[in-house]
Amino acid sequence: MTALAGLLRKELFHIRRDRRTLVVITLLPVLQVILFGFAIRTDVDHVRIAIVDPAPDTATLALRARFEGGGVFRIVAVRPRLDDLETLFQSGDIQAAVVFGPRFAADLRGEDAARLLFVIDGTEPNTGAVAQAYATGVVQRYESEGTGGRAARIVPEVRMRFNPTRESSNLFVPGLMAFVLTIISSLMTAISLTREKETGTMEALLVSPLRPWQIIAGKVAPYLAVGFIVIVGVIVEARLVFDVPLRGSLPLLLFEGLLFILVSLSLGILISARTSSQRVAMMAALVGTMLPTMLLSGFIFPIESMPVPLRLLSLIVPARWFVEVARGIMLKGIGLAYLWPQTLVLVGMALLLLTASARSFRERLET
Amino acid sequence: MRRILFLAQAEVLHIVRDRTTLAQILIMPVVQLLVLSNAATFAIRDTPTYVVDLDRTRLSRDLVARFASSGHFRIVGESVSLARADEALLEGDVTLALTIPDDFEASLVRSDAAPLLLTVNAEKGSAAGIVQSYATRIVSAYETELGSRSRIDVRTNTLFNPTLDYRHYMVPGILVALVTMIGTFLTAQNIAREKELGTLEQLNVTPITRGQFIAAKLLPFWTLALLDFAIGLVVAKFVFGVPMRGSLLLLFASAGWYMIAALAIGLWISTLVETQQQAMFVTFFIINIYLLMSGLFTPIDSMAPWVRPLAELNPVRHFVTISRAILMKGAGIREIAHPLGALAIYGVVTLTLAVRQYSKRTA
Repeated sequence: MTALAGLLRKELFHIRRDRRTLVVITLLPVLQVILFGFAIRTDVDHVRIAIVDPAPDTATLALRARFEGGGVFRIVAVRPRLDDLETLFQSGDIQAAVVFGPRFAADLRGEDAARLLFVIDGTEPNTGAVAQAYATGVVQRYESEGTGGRAARIVPEVRMRFNPTRESSNLFVPGLMAFVLTIISSLMTAISLTREKETGTMEALLVSPLRPWQIIAGKVAPYLAVGFIVIVGVIVEARLVFDVPLRGSLPLLLFEGLLFILVSLSLGILISARTSSQRVAMMAALVGTMLPTMLLSGFIFPIESMPVPLRLLSLIVPARWFVEVARGIMLKGIGLAYLWPQTLVLVGMALLLLTASARSFRERLET
Repeated sequence: MRRILFLAQAEVLHIVRDRTTLAQILIMPVVQLLVLSNAATFAIRDTPTYVVDLDRTRLSRDLVARFASSGHFRIVGESVSLARADEALLEGDVTLALTIPDDFEASLVRSDAAPLLLTVNAEKGSAAGIVQSYATRIVSAYETELGSRSRIDVRTNTLFNPTLDYRHYMVPGILVALVTMIGTFLTAQNIAREKELGTLEQLNVTPITRGQFIAAKLLPFWTLALLDFAIGLVVAKFVFGVPMRGSLLLLFASAGWYMIAALAIGLWISTLVETQQQAMFVTFFIINIYLLMSGLFTPIDSMAPWVRPLAELNPVRHFVTISRAILMKGAGIREIAHPLGALAIYGVVTLTLAVRQYSKRTA
């Protein structure tokens, strides 16, 4: 045990001595959460639209005012003809266009149905679909007020459970925490081990009386402390800067955060224990894990809409489980009664990764 | 010129000799493109839905059937207990709870207005809003069918991507991201490695000039990145059926110019740092910003106002815009003039920085 204490002290010295890296490691996640918390949003508002109105009239002007007034659309161009819409769409100056039929006002007063064409840029399907839904709503409201009562009406009341205002930061900040923590933690340990390999002190460690699990513990424990500071920083930031609610228990969130960091640190240890060349390891760590973590953790894109093989693949992404835990505790205010499966998976992953890295050390000892 | 070619040749030999890295460069992007393009979707399929039908009439069952048959929703549970529905929402097993009150049909017949409650699990990220709009659309389609004749005939025409296929939108973007990541990483690590190995000293004592040195370092990686881009485009065309409406020549010309800008940033990092590890940290930070602030996954228009100018500084953002515009919208050089101009400025600035920063004395 004294040997382990010695290794721990050595690691702490390393961390404390390299002040600059320590500052970078603790500040980087906090900075990134601020930056991306403001950047990653999917609210569709201020959709740039063009109006094509061949015969302006009180009716078309009133409907145009409706489009302008909702806060969702911003009219950037009004044209009498369809001519240069294509160019506007191609350059991205407009995202949708409302085209009134040439006899819109007359038809609205007469017998025929008044014609309205809504052209949307489908390149980005989400914005396109949401803009279309808003536009239909605008027209429907205009119509029901103008003609008073329709044959049949269903009045859906929509309740946004757990996030009534659909505030984007509430959706993305807990997920963002998971993403930033994964990357920074696996980088921390990957670097701590490669340094030993580079300077040749790895050999000294391997011939010391320390057992493989002790080496791993000595490497992971100090960074777990650093990771804890990072978690606290990120949670404080989520509360103060983004005003994300914390409806559940704070100690539980901190515990789960530590558990998740342990998983990520172990992943870093495993990568560095298994690879020999720095370039290969870095490529694997950066290019190989960054996009998958970003896309398969459910932090931006909903997992349940993915094809089945990808849904299965997402099961082995640690961040996926922590995203569920963080959102559950912060937004839903639920506890272990609901979150025990996710917690068990994280515990299992930590054990598996730690055992695997301890084993790969033993293999190195024997050869 | 011959000096540049000699040095470039040495670089090529390094890459070709290291089979693992070569495989990583050529195969990893293709695999990631194939797999991840399917993950990046906001399209809603099979959303787990819980139904609380308190009415149990023909009309209410009809409405539930509409949800089930739309393909967007999958009914995973049904009961008459509101508490059970709430439980399912808390567990996170369902995303939408559809509650039909017991006077649904009666009110429709009597007063022409029937209430309906849609509870969306808004914890589920961006999906919540889309789930809501799909659900509302089904309800209003049903309503129209029940006989409300509309006075305004609204038609919708979807341009460029009529089937609203997410992959057509994502594949060009992810391809750009992958090529950029690999290119930046390789160049960022390159000079740092020569510094570590001490071979940079040897180069410094040769008569080669700074400009020639940077050019020779750029050339092989530039070719590799464009090769990756071409392979990716073939995959995009034949596997994903991404439309290619614009001029491929224009696309490759822009790609060529863009890669100079992107790789020059990598080289600049490489001249700044001392070790490969530092290069990795800096590259990691920059690539993160590249990816999350490029409008690749989430729209630039939705970003907070003060972040948008920062996104303007992101070269990936401009090239993602260009490749989507050329491939999907068939844009010509006039329509992409703005992002292309931004890239041109970018390339000149970063190349100058890289050449200036690399000093033969302080290596």
